[in-house]
Amino acid sequence: MKYMLLICVDGDIEPTEGDPTIEQWLAEVGDRRLDGSQLRSVQDATTVRTRGDEVLLSDGPFAETKEQIVGYDVVDCADLDEAIRIASRHPCARFGSVEVRPFYTG
Amino acid sequence: MTVEAEVSELFRAERGRIVATLIRLTGDWDLAEECVQDAFARALECWPREGVPQRPGAWLTTTARNRALDRLRRSSVEAAKLREVVATPDDSPGVEDDGIGDDLLRLVFTCCHPALTLEARVALTLRTVAGLTTPEIARAFLVPEATMAKRLVRARQKIRNARIPYRVPPAHLLPERTGGVLGVLYLLFNEGYAAGGGADLSRRDLCVEAIRLARTLVASMPDEPEAVGLLALALLQDSRRDARFDHAGDLVPLDEQDRSRWDGAQVEEGVALLDSALRRGRPGPYQVQAAIAACHATAARARDTDWPQIALLYGELVKLVPSPVVRLNRAVAVAMADGPAAGLALVDDLADEVTGHLLPATRADFLRRLGRGAEALAAYERARALAPTDAERRHLTRLIGALGG
Repeated sequence: MKYMLLICVDGDIEPTEGDPTIEQWLAEVGDRRLDGSQLRSVQDATTVRTRGDEVLLSDGPFAETKEQIVGYDVVDCADLDEAIRIASRHPCARFGSVEVRPFYTG
Repeated sequence: MTVEAEVSELFRAERGRIVATLIRLTGDWDLAEECVQDAFARALECWPREGVPQRPGAWLTTTARNRALDRLRRSSVEAAKLREVVATPDDSPGVEDDGIGDDLLRLVFTCCHPALTLEARVALTLRTVAGLTTPEIARAFLVPEATMAKRLVRARQKIRNARIPYRVPPAHLLPERTGGVLGVLYLLFNEGYAAGGGADLSRRDLCVEAIRLARTLVASMPDEPEAVGLLALALLQDSRRDARFDHAGDLVPLDEQDRSRWDGAQVEEGVALLDSALRRGRPGPYQVQAAIAACHATAARARDTDWPQIALLYGELVKLVPSPVVRLNRAVAVAMADGPAAGLALVDDLADEVTGHLLPATRADFLRRLGRGAEALAAYERARALAPTDAERRHLTRLIGALGG
């Protein structure tokens, strides 16, 4: 079962001394992580809407919230418990949050 | 016993377990429930004619399994799922033989998974484990039937789509997950108990179900002292059900209840369970609350109540659960043990944290006992304005009348 982990953080990423690093997390997750990346700031985001024939562009994210998605990881897990365990060990879960979203299947 | 009575007894006792087994075999919650329903209907048809089988639980499980098999074949599902159901022999460990089945425990833990909202956990447990109908659950929680139906559908969808595992959690997750299950059963019991009046039978049923599920849990996890503590607590509270309301349906306070109407057998069982839990030396909130309930339940007369002991226990409970409500209850116990002035000091600290009628009602009582009548009257009136039920409003009106208000 594939899950998308949406890494959400309010403000800047400020890891605390002694917390596990992203490298340690990546090593721990191993090949259960299929893909993932950090994302550029929402200041560099462009939102696209099509209304009728018109394509509307706006600067910034689709929703103005303090918490922003700063990265994502796609993991392949046996079940939600395993995905939760992996998400809970992500460094950003300590000060931000990680949304676990299952992929559509069949 | 008539066959009908026997079937309905089996329905209460075995249904959850059989549904749990069918869910394990088919992975389909709706199919499982429907096939178990069909199996009970078949029993009502066949048993009066052919007699009740020697192992009725096994008969029902087999019948439900065959029905599921039939339906899966007709809908030509994936071959793997079908093979799994077919491969399970007819006399797989009989429902009667393996005591409390792991399947049921698995079902309870799945329904109470922390990835579901608390409301969904409670509703799903009632629907799937306890076998209450959706209208019954909706009535008990005072929400429209459509809302409850939607809540149940959503919960089942999440279990399927997010793949919430159908299993008893592994050892490292067990303590926190067990806490969640106990929380659901406690909430269930309180939903029934808080309303509690003889007038509303569906809510009384919630207490019965909560106690039954707690028994199931204790039988499956006899080494978990908090599970035993919760069962003891529920039994001790429930022992007072017949004395808590008068003929008019009004609430009778603890110190005015006719103690001969308390259920002595239930008190005895609750106290014995509590002792066995405490002997394990791992106290927790449910055991402490049960100990408090036991102090009340074993006092022959209201004035024999060991208030210093209760105040001490509340002191322990506040350390484990530092919630405003617990602190309010502690203030009441301290007032009984050390006088109303000591209690008043504790409630005044809580003024900003507790909403609702309980805080002003408690303050009013302390003020009355301190002889500060005018302040007491004002507090009682404030409490009455906030009281959630008619019975409580009537009770407060009586107290106001007694003060000359």
